[in-house]
Amino acid sequence: MQPIEALSPRLPDPVIELVGVAKRFGAVQALKGVDLALLPGDVHALVGENGAGKSTLVKMLAGVHRPDSGLMRMRGAEVVFHGPLDARTHGVAVIHQHPTLFPDLDIAENVFMGRQPRDRAGRIAWRAMYREVGQLLATLGVRLNVRTPVRGLSVADQQLVEIAKALSLNARVLVMDEPTASLSAREVERLFAIVRSLRARAVALLFVSHRLDEVFALSDRITVFRDGAHVVTAPTAELTTEETIRHMVGRRLEALFPKEEAEIGDVVLEVRGLTRPGVFRDVSFSLRRGEILGLFGLVGAGRTEVARVVFGADRAEAGEIRIDGRRVVIDSPLTALRHGIGYVPEDRHGQGLVLDFPITANVTLPILPRLSRWSLLDRRRERAVAATYAGRLQVKAAGLDQAASALSGGTQQKVVLAKWLATDPKVLILDEPTRGIDIGTKAEVHRIVSHLATQGMAIVLISSELPEVLAMADRVLVMHEGRVTGEFDRGAADQERVMFAATGQEHGGVVSAPPKAEAHGVA
Amino acid sequence: MASRSAAKLRTDRLVGLVGRVRELGLLVALGIIVVVVGVQEPRFATPNNARQILLAVSILAVLAVGQTLVVLTRNVDLSIASIVGLVAYTAGYLFQQDIDTPVPVVVLVACLLGLGLGAINGLLVTVGRVPAIVATLGTLYVFRGVDYWVAGGKQIVTRDLPRAYRDIALTRVVGVPVPVIVAGLIAIVVAYALRYTRTGRQLYAIGSNPDAARLAGLRSDLLVFGAFAASGLLAGVAGILWGARFGAVDARAAYGYELQVVAAVVVGGVNIFGGSGTVFGAVLGAIVLGTIANSLTILRLNPFWLQAISGAGILVAVTIDSLITRRLQRALVARRNR
Amino acid sequence: MKRAAVWDVLARWETLLVGLLVATLVWGSVRSEFFFEGSNFTVASSNFMERAIMALPMTLIIIAGEIDLSVGSILGLASAILGITWDAGWPLWLCIAAALLLGAVCGLLNGLLVTRLGLPSLVVTLGTLALYRGLAYVVLGGSGGQKAISDFPAGFADFGFDPIPGTVLPWSTLIFLPLVALFFVLLHRSWIGRQIYATGLNKEAARFSTVRVARLKIALYVASGTLAALAGVIFTARVSSSRADNALGFELDVIAAVLLGGVSIFGGRGTLVGVLLSLAIVATLRNALAITNVGPDIQSFAVGGLLILSVLGPNLARRIPRGGPRHGPGSSGFRPTSEPRTEPQPGD
Repeated sequence: MQPIEALSPRLPDPVIELVGVAKRFGAVQALKGVDLALLPGDVHALVGENGAGKSTLVKMLAGVHRPDSGLMRMRGAEVVFHGPLDARTHGVAVIHQHPTLFPDLDIAENVFMGRQPRDRAGRIAWRAMYREVGQLLATLGVRLNVRTPVRGLSVADQQLVEIAKALSLNARVLVMDEPTASLSAREVERLFAIVRSLRARAVALLFVSHRLDEVFALSDRITVFRDGAHVVTAPTAELTTEETIRHMVGRRLEALFPKEEAEIGDVVLEVRGLTRPGVFRDVSFSLRRGEILGLFGLVGAGRTEVARVVFGADRAEAGEIRIDGRRVVIDSPLTALRHGIGYVPEDRHGQGLVLDFPITANVTLPILPRLSRWSLLDRRRERAVAATYAGRLQVKAAGLDQAASALSGGTQQKVVLAKWLATDPKVLILDEPTRGIDIGTKAEVHRIVSHLATQGMAIVLISSELPEVLAMADRVLVMHEGRVTGEFDRGAADQERVMFAATGQEHGGVVSAPPKAEAHGVA
Repeated sequence: MASRSAAKLRTDRLVGLVGRVRELGLLVALGIIVVVVGVQEPRFATPNNARQILLAVSILAVLAVGQTLVVLTRNVDLSIASIVGLVAYTAGYLFQQDIDTPVPVVVLVACLLGLGLGAINGLLVTVGRVPAIVATLGTLYVFRGVDYWVAGGKQIVTRDLPRAYRDIALTRVVGVPVPVIVAGLIAIVVAYALRYTRTGRQLYAIGSNPDAARLAGLRSDLLVFGAFAASGLLAGVAGILWGARFGAVDARAAYGYELQVVAAVVVGGVNIFGGSGTVFGAVLGAIVLGTIANSLTILRLNPFWLQAISGAGILVAVTIDSLITRRLQRALVARRNR
Repeated sequence: MKRAAVWDVLARWETLLVGLLVATLVWGSVRSEFFFEGSNFTVASSNFMERAIMALPMTLIIIAGEIDLSVGSILGLASAILGITWDAGWPLWLCIAAALLLGAVCGLLNGLLVTRLGLPSLVVTLGTLALYRGLAYVVLGGSGGQKAISDFPAGFADFGFDPIPGTVLPWSTLIFLPLVALFFVLLHRSWIGRQIYATGLNKEAARFSTVRVARLKIALYVASGTLAALAGVIFTARVSSSRADNALGFELDVIAAVLLGGVSIFGGRGTLVGVLLSLAIVATLRNALAITNVGPDIQSFAVGGLLILSVLGPNLARRIPRGGPRHGPGSSGFRPTSEPRTEPQPGD
């Protein structure tokens, strides 16, 4: 633990400090006596694996949680936030991952809700409000019509409205939680420009991110948390990516991605010219048995949207899908299931699990008819199947009757996996399968996926974590804003080339490793 | 790049316009009805008939204004018709006991009664955490039950009521019937509050995103309670107007009327999910419904068509809203991704 | 939540209902000496049979996360159709078939609007409540109000009302009981029931787990409409008359019974056993009041109060952990945007 005083003596006084802050939730010690100081005009990044305590810290700054022990100081004076409103009154603004705006109201009202400017008669002065917000946005270099209802704005634009709101509240501290998670490359650049301009206003900025490239591009100082404890705080210039990862993870990177060699067989899934106007265009690829196809791209690339079409959750307007050479029309998830396609969704809680159902019911939900005789559910068979697949994936729980809501993120993901394995799929699409999971379970999931491939399953691995894709995939398909911009064999794929394609520069054809080049026949 | 931002501004303005399209559409629909019916039956398109319509609609309009306040917060009040009935009967009852009871006193009692009943709804929804649909469905019957109990099968007849009370419905000021003026004033005051006061804007916020409202420190519970209380109060006013207008009142007064109120509000463009809509729209919706009702009578059609039309109106209005929103979303997403 | 704990919850709510039923029975017997007479039971149960029948699909619909306010109106419209077809000289069985078909169509409309257009079922069925009832009035027409058709054959008229010889059970029991068995098996023993619960708890996750949510909901609405029409036929038989205002306000009893029975208005929770118990409670309550000359409208006062209490009670009792069905913050029956957590969770 580096005390702040040990750093350069010419640092300004912190705007807000947390000293020895700890927080426990039931049996979990989320924060173990951490320190953090945010300085004015300083961009401070908070990094750590999932479960490191970053979210808890953010919620504490937001006034949602109170520390069990330790204290918070603002400009030297001890403070306690009694709630989100109190935090805001003290000048702390938090921008959460999902914007909390009023969709039906326009930008100006969102910025000023509750504090709309009034004229001498006490009426809300609409024109003055529009003018002020317009000016505010202009200082941020943003061109939006302030009369637009927020509903029509992209997530990126909504974030900007949140920032404008924070500024209008004279926030001295701005906290951003995973701000780039849903942004396109261009929007990320715009956000960074704004952050830099805020720095000039002596606002203390904290941003939480797991995207190390962005962290290194933007921040002045980095703090690493691991398992709820403070590991290190240092100026960004004095740290390297490897060191940071080592601090975050506490062990070497290689052990995380075990990949077994699998025998690659015939083409089982072929997608040609798939198009959904406005979403993605002319997507084509093929997938073989035993193969892991990595589908990489930045957020907004359209990968999930393609997966949804293959899975029948959405309909494409053009293009075709072939299973084992036969053309198929997939109009619903049930049809996809019948063709042997399974999909582990990105949103575990919203789409992957019925949180109130026990593990058994979650695992058997897609295959209920198979477990029934004359429509009556055979409960014993159900339990047996659930036990089999939960056991195969080593789902750690107090019992199969435990509700999914009571499980950890990693265990929940295993339940979703078990569910799809129980359907005996030929093709399994995994959408960000290790997002939000602790490091241990992450490795387990990778092992499971690799093993499935050796057993002949064809796997599409959608991920925005480049190391994961590079380590696990036999081939990498890259998408950018709805188009396929690159395809690389395992040997030929490296960080630079893949990122190049992911940011919009196209490669013609497949990039293969020179000696063992294999033509996959996709233009 | 320049064309993209120009397109964007156009989209933004489009979004703003849609809100006003609804009211325009209603005016057009109104115009069409007037023309079509007026051609069939010339009596329809006369100022006198217009006055009749507005008079008949004034009660509905008052209730629609109150319902708007509630619906904006993402709730609904199904008990208003029962409040109207109970208030109308109570007012009549007071006069029945003593015909010399001063009218302002009875009006005050009526308003307080409505306010109190609305407050009960408000408490159930905020403190009791009972979903508004369940709460007001329940109070619909509870309040009506009280009405039946108080009335005990009896009836208030015109004879029981003082001239001054009945005059509320009969008097005209500058040719405009008093109930219409009352409705108009209420509409104007509430519309003003919704547009120009912070409290009014907060109602929109609560309905638009209750979570964000809480995070922003808005006093959601208090405001929702207030909306229900106001709705009750206005139902009380409507009850006075009802009693004054119809004279004879029994326990079945205004039975089933809540459907027309909801229809007026929904047709008028107030989003059932909360967060958007105007008093002007709701009043227009009431006028459209009232005009249809009037035309049914004038054309000597079965008046029971009105209920079916109200129902169909709700369905059509909500369908159109949903389709428009969906198309708009798609257009916006498509433009963004271009 | 372990299975044992889940069972605890269920057991407790149903136990409460049993207690409530006993209390109501006791109260009824206190109010009138005729209460426990066989003939009274026949009357009470036959009076309530239509509402009981409609409560069966309503239970499934609410568990699936929707609602159907239009059942009473479908009943009325079916009764009207039955009347005019009979009046037009059709054979009785054909009239009944027409009524049932109409019920199915009404339900189909509800289902399509809710699934295809994604409209909130609250508003849709409020609209169809008015539409169908209005149509019933128009269909039965007549000047100055409603016409009533009442020259049904004697056998038909007796059906809804008379007891099966040698018992105190009305004939309509022969329809009700098999339906109860059917719905019980459907909800609690078949895989469709599991899909219904999943849909009510998390529609998106159900959809992603290959549940055909739209088809399921449409089927439920069609079932609700058909059974409402069946109830309309039985009702018409029982009162021997086809009137447009038949069964006005029945939806109150049906929804009150379902919610009182432990089904959460937000979907995903509840049992048929609980609903059957609460149907008995409401029926007994109405009967006990009616037998002492309390009019139906004041009876509705009690049922309305019961409806409110069925939600208010558990909400207030939530200070005690696990107190029966869960009802979230009031938002006119829509799913709240965020379910309040009982305990703050550490961030991921």
